[in-house]
Amino acid sequence: MRTIEQYLPDHPFFAGLDAPALALVAGCATNVSFAAGDFLFREGEPADQFFVVRRGRVAIEVHGPAAGTMVVDTVDAGDVVGWSWLVAPYRWLFDARAVEATGAVAFDGQCLRGKCDQDPRLGYDLMKLVTQVMFGRLVAARLRLLDLYGSTGSTDANPG
Amino acid sequence: MQTLAEWRTVQPVNGAMVPRLFRLTDRRQDTADTFTMMLEPTDGAALSFIPGQFTMLSAFGVGEVPISVSGAAHVAGPLQHTVRDVGAVTHALARTSVGQVLGVRGPYGTGWDVADGAGGDVVLVAGGIGLAPLRPAVLEVLTHRQRYGKVVVLYGTRSPEDLLFADELKGWENQGVEVLVTVDYGTPSWTGRVGLVTTLIARAGFDPRSTLALVCGPEIMMRFTAGALIERGVRPDRVRVSLERNMRCGVGLCGHCQYRELFVCLDGPVLAYDRVAGLLGVREL
Repeated sequence: MRTIEQYLPDHPFFAGLDAPALALVAGCATNVSFAAGDFLFREGEPADQFFVVRRGRVAIEVHGPAAGTMVVDTVDAGDVVGWSWLVAPYRWLFDARAVEATGAVAFDGQCLRGKCDQDPRLGYDLMKLVTQVMFGRLVAARLRLLDLYGSTGSTDANPG
Repeated sequence: MQTLAEWRTVQPVNGAMVPRLFRLTDRRQDTADTFTMMLEPTDGAALSFIPGQFTMLSAFGVGEVPISVSGAAHVAGPLQHTVRDVGAVTHALARTSVGQVLGVRGPYGTGWDVADGAGGDVVLVAGGIGLAPLRPAVLEVLTHRQRYGKVVVLYGTRSPEDLLFADELKGWENQGVEVLVTVDYGTPSWTGRVGLVTTLIARAGFDPRSTLALVCGPEIMMRFTAGALIERGVRPDRVRVSLERNMRCGVGLCGHCQYRELFVCLDGPVLAYDRVAGLLGVREL
């Protein structure tokens, strides 16, 4: 397996960060692994990390009294999990569970926030990367709100 | 492409509104609200169609609906239609018993012309029941698998319980098709993907420069999917979508399905995306 320093430059999420910035980011990172069923984080816990998934799959879940536990998103190899480390009060709003054996790079949120505070350029560049992924997820979430595949709006003349 | 006037000079419309009789010989419940009908002509003359075309199905005494053919073209066997029970006519079709007779007009409209993808990669993107009209194209590709490069099926639907042709998807994988499935939401027992179908486009292994992409699903889904395909590098004229509009006659006479200069029943339902991209964003059209 490649080291974190070798892995990050090839990862699309970090595209655009120069070598010094990547080195700063890598300094806050460690390799982690989870067995199927393990939780990366649980709702309400302090959000002090985010993860870049290297292999496996992570389910983002929410629990409700009527619906039980629902999987609202999955994150596969190459994707990023976790935004709450960046937004006060830094608490997870969802559960993240490894659906299968999962390897990831975990980034220490407090460490990264500290480096971003010290180096606003790094903070801005990192914020742009995070925002791009958050934007994609927001668009996808809005489209799924439409329940496009549901029967609402379908008729015999246009049966879907 | 023929104009409507040219079409009328070569296609007699006499008798076009008279359905042929087909007997329901088998029926399969695919999901809670979707079923597939196997139909055999009572006169023994098989109905010839190309993948992507539709017929007008009649439940006598109730009405008629446009439904795409979901079975294989150019092979012997019953005419297959996969139908979602959403209204009076489709509900009557859902209640039709094996042995009863239905009316069938057609086939009508344009096809996927998937053979245009020979020599390159083919990507088929389906949303919800949109997999049914794409199924004949998949089966056509599998019949001539060696003519194509990578073949990818990307399928998004509402929930794991709403997956169409679930067993068949595994069979397609065994025949060299990359099949990626995602659902809008799942329970913890679902180990597959959850998310929008467009997110699969970046994950699929195909060469956009040589790709023919066929897209079928709700119109909003097709717009965003076409955008994602084009962003990945697929040429807009190599993206085809299947439009749905309120149809009545199916032969270009009534105008119910008119879409500005297009009659979806004649010029479509399958159209190149670059031909309709400007129309899809027009409100109240």
